[in-house]
Amino acid sequence: MSENRSNILTVERLCMRFGGLTAIDDLSFAAPARQITSIIGPNGAGKTTLFNCITGFYRPSAGSIGLAHPSRGELMLEMLPSHRVARDANVLRTFQNTRLFPKMTVLENLVVAQHNALQAASAFSLAGLLKLGRYLRAEKLAIEQSMSWLARLNLVGFANTAAGDLPYGTQRRVEIGRALCANPILLCLDEPAAGLNPRESAELNELLLQLTRERGISVLLIEHDMSVVMKVSDHIVVLNYGRKIAEGTPLVVQNDPNVIKAYLGEEEPVEEPI
Amino acid sequence: MRAAIHAQHPVTVGERLRDAGWIAFVAFILGIPMIGLVTVDVGGKLVVHTRMPLLVAFVVASFVIRLVLRFVIEQLKRRKAERLARAPQRQTAARSLLKPLGWLLASAALVLPLVFSGNRYVVDTATTVLIYVMLGWGLNVVVGLAGLLDLGYVAFYAVGAYTYALLSTQFGWGFWESLPVAGGLAAFFGLALGWPTLRLRGDYLAIVTLGFGEIIRIILVNWTELSGGPNGIDSIPRPSFFGLPFKAPSDGGAQTFAGFFGLDYSPGHRVVFLYYLILVLALATNLFVSRLRKLPVGRAWEAIREDEIACKALGINVVNVKLSAFALGAMLGGLAGVFFAARQGFISPDSFVFSESATILAIVVLGGMGSQLGVVLASLVLVLLPEIGRDFAQYRMLLFGTAMILIMVWRPGGLLSRREPTLTAPAGTKAEAKP
Amino acid sequence: MASFVQQLINGLTLGAVYGLIAIGYTMVYGIIGMINFAHGDLYMVSAFIAVTCFTLLAAAGITSVPLALTLALILTVAFTSAFGWSIERAAYRPLRGSTRLAPLISSIGMSIFLQNMVQVTQGARVKSIPTVISGGIDLFSRGGFNVHLAYSQIMIVLVTVALMAAFTYLITRTSFGRQQRACEQDRTMTALLGIDVDRTISLTFMIGAALAAVAGVMVTVYYGVVDFYIGFDAGIKAFTAAVLGGIGSLPGAMLGGLIIGLIEAFWAAYLSAEYKDVATFAILILVLMFRPSGLLGRPEVEKV
Repeated sequence: MSENRSNILTVERLCMRFGGLTAIDDLSFAAPARQITSIIGPNGAGKTTLFNCITGFYRPSAGSIGLAHPSRGELMLEMLPSHRVARDANVLRTFQNTRLFPKMTVLENLVVAQHNALQAASAFSLAGLLKLGRYLRAEKLAIEQSMSWLARLNLVGFANTAAGDLPYGTQRRVEIGRALCANPILLCLDEPAAGLNPRESAELNELLLQLTRERGISVLLIEHDMSVVMKVSDHIVVLNYGRKIAEGTPLVVQNDPNVIKAYLGEEEPVEEPI
Repeated sequence: MRAAIHAQHPVTVGERLRDAGWIAFVAFILGIPMIGLVTVDVGGKLVVHTRMPLLVAFVVASFVIRLVLRFVIEQLKRRKAERLARAPQRQTAARSLLKPLGWLLASAALVLPLVFSGNRYVVDTATTVLIYVMLGWGLNVVVGLAGLLDLGYVAFYAVGAYTYALLSTQFGWGFWESLPVAGGLAAFFGLALGWPTLRLRGDYLAIVTLGFGEIIRIILVNWTELSGGPNGIDSIPRPSFFGLPFKAPSDGGAQTFAGFFGLDYSPGHRVVFLYYLILVLALATNLFVSRLRKLPVGRAWEAIREDEIACKALGINVVNVKLSAFALGAMLGGLAGVFFAARQGFISPDSFVFSESATILAIVVLGGMGSQLGVVLASLVLVLLPEIGRDFAQYRMLLFGTAMILIMVWRPGGLLSRREPTLTAPAGTKAEAKP
Repeated sequence: MASFVQQLINGLTLGAVYGLIAIGYTMVYGIIGMINFAHGDLYMVSAFIAVTCFTLLAAAGITSVPLALTLALILTVAFTSAFGWSIERAAYRPLRGSTRLAPLISSIGMSIFLQNMVQVTQGARVKSIPTVISGGIDLFSRGGFNVHLAYSQIMIVLVTVALMAAFTYLITRTSFGRQQRACEQDRTMTALLGIDVDRTISLTFMIGAALAAVAGVMVTVYYGVVDFYIGFDAGIKAFTAAVLGGIGSLPGAMLGGLIIGLIEAFWAAYLSAEYKDVATFAILILVLMFRPSGLLGRPEVEKV
């Protein structure tokens, strides 16, 4: 458990209403920096809606989402459109239903994540068209960065394969790699362990721990797979029907009666930590 | 990859006959009002005549064609399946033929006028093919690469053509000076079209772009002071060879092309020059678009086509990327329009009707979205087919429409649907997988 | 004032025709997600068939207008539905699983095919028939302008209203309507539930064609003149109407049709006949800018 008390993400009194339906109701929590925070809860609890609010795909009906950016200060995410959340706030995400670019190769997918830097280097494509050094260098760098992440994720062999041709589990890893290529400070992963076998889950855990401990990236996780959640989370937020019902360390959350009731109905508290 | 696991059920003769009989019956029903009966103008009034023999012939023909065609197609499918089972690696070999095929076509295009030096018709037709190729490559940026369904592309073609027509007839501008202006103006119109459509989904985008094309055409037809109305603009100066006009030498007149090069005057000179002019323009377009495709903006276009939401989540400003696709595609269309006006010497709104947009779209889709070579092949097919039916003037367009349907049914992905990646991972990269 | 009312009448009549065609577009789009470019040309084919019918009936000595009208309607609808069925089987069904654009291009090809088929088989010239329904009611006069409500206009509106009522019943109350709506929402699941999706789609095409045929007969009666280009023109307008109303929504299609008919009538009368189509498209663009899913369309919240 990190001693560092600063929070990367502060959600305050967030509300999201769709017509008559309240998907998120007065939600407040904080995600500590450089740690793994998991958002868990039964289906329909509003987890993906929360992600969509954080990453600018939905505009919240009320409340605020504050991001403590290391170089840009405090950014209010609820006001930013999705592409600016990614570009300016460096908050990247993956999707519940993997959204790769299926006809493009894995390498191309990862290079697209570095679009803004490359576009700047290409000076409205002129430097690119004229094959100027500054663009060629930037492109080489982008490819190297992509390849290094592919190496870390054991995907080098797939670099030239069309993303749509890959097996499901591999696609999910590619999506994470792509998000990482955009140099996130906060990485939001929507059910990254879904459909992974135990070995792949274990590798995912290792990756998440490495990202936070060694690379200083903060991670926000939506997960149903408790073996992942309980093993790697530093901090857990439990949602049900759009409201927070518990927040804290895995141990605290596991034994919270509200949580147990929400998941299992009325039951005895769990004896030992999972 | 389709695993062809078909239950091999041999089709009996009875089934074939019943199937063909059913088709003949349908043909009969459809034929009654259209073929069996016809209303003829007799002295100002309509009278219905019957054409029973024609109807019978049609029904019988349908029966026979269905039988034969089905048999032939089955045989072809069976042979193809056998071939694939025997040598699956043949597929990749076929694909690697594409690059050399492209070079072959380019070389053929270069020497075509020399080979067919006497035949003006061939060079003319080839010029038309090249115009469509250039238009196809331009629309390819919008539809093929960026995935934005544009049904009004002909509007930009018209903007380019009319810009040159006006600049040359009103202000005496030449071809080369007009090119950038027309291209810029067309690009501006592309932005104007793109901006209101940014939030629209595919089909809504389609109708709006179609409407845009029609709006431009209607304005051209009606704003007579600007565009000459339905009569268009004529006496557009024909292109010259960098100042040397393609005219017969006249005594005491200015130096002409033929005179300068010491050749006997021939009207074929201009035709050949025009051909090379469009060839240069088209090749430049190809180089430009191919290069752009490998740049961030080109990849962004394709990424938007694949998944717009993922693009937003990666920080890509989708609005700007879409606008750039529209603007660039429009610019290329405008440049083609300048050439068109220069070649014809005369333009009118009739050349810029919706069916032109439809044809160019058909070229892009038939070619295989995003495929440069596919556009060339599709243009060849779609321009040459009606030419073959030129003798049967009435049946040309009928053939054209039928061909469009048949090609789509046969190959819905287009003729060349394989995508070529813009980047390849360097071979033998050190995989520094940290434990 | 009088002129206004007249344009109102004309616009509504025209709009009813567009609405009938627009419903066909929107139904097909709703169920298989494709824009059927050939739909307008089906309408054109039906008009030609109607001309043949009326001429035949007149030659057969049928002088009773209601009888002739009914027979012409039945025959035209029957033949046009057959065409609609054949078109779907030949050009669209084979492409059902493929990309979005393939059926679109195929339908463009079919549109060209139909236009030229009619030209080749029926001749490229305009066809006209003697007036079927003549006369009307003079509503009132003001300022020397006579507001006239033609019987043919009354007939068009009545037929349209009756059809809309029958249609709404069909879609909301019958089992076919339920199957149709199920197919629209989730084709795979519908098939898994044992419903014959192919048949539902075929029937949808046929119904769309039937409605276009009714429009074709109406127009033949109303104007007395047909040519092979009316399909393209009405097709674009009707498709615009369907999009304006919200593609996939049946009441939206009729509403869109009426609006377009009214815009056309009023713009042509008061402002400029040449630019009436520009006005129509401009209004479409404006509506879509502020309401991207059309007037009555369900805003599609894309699942992120």
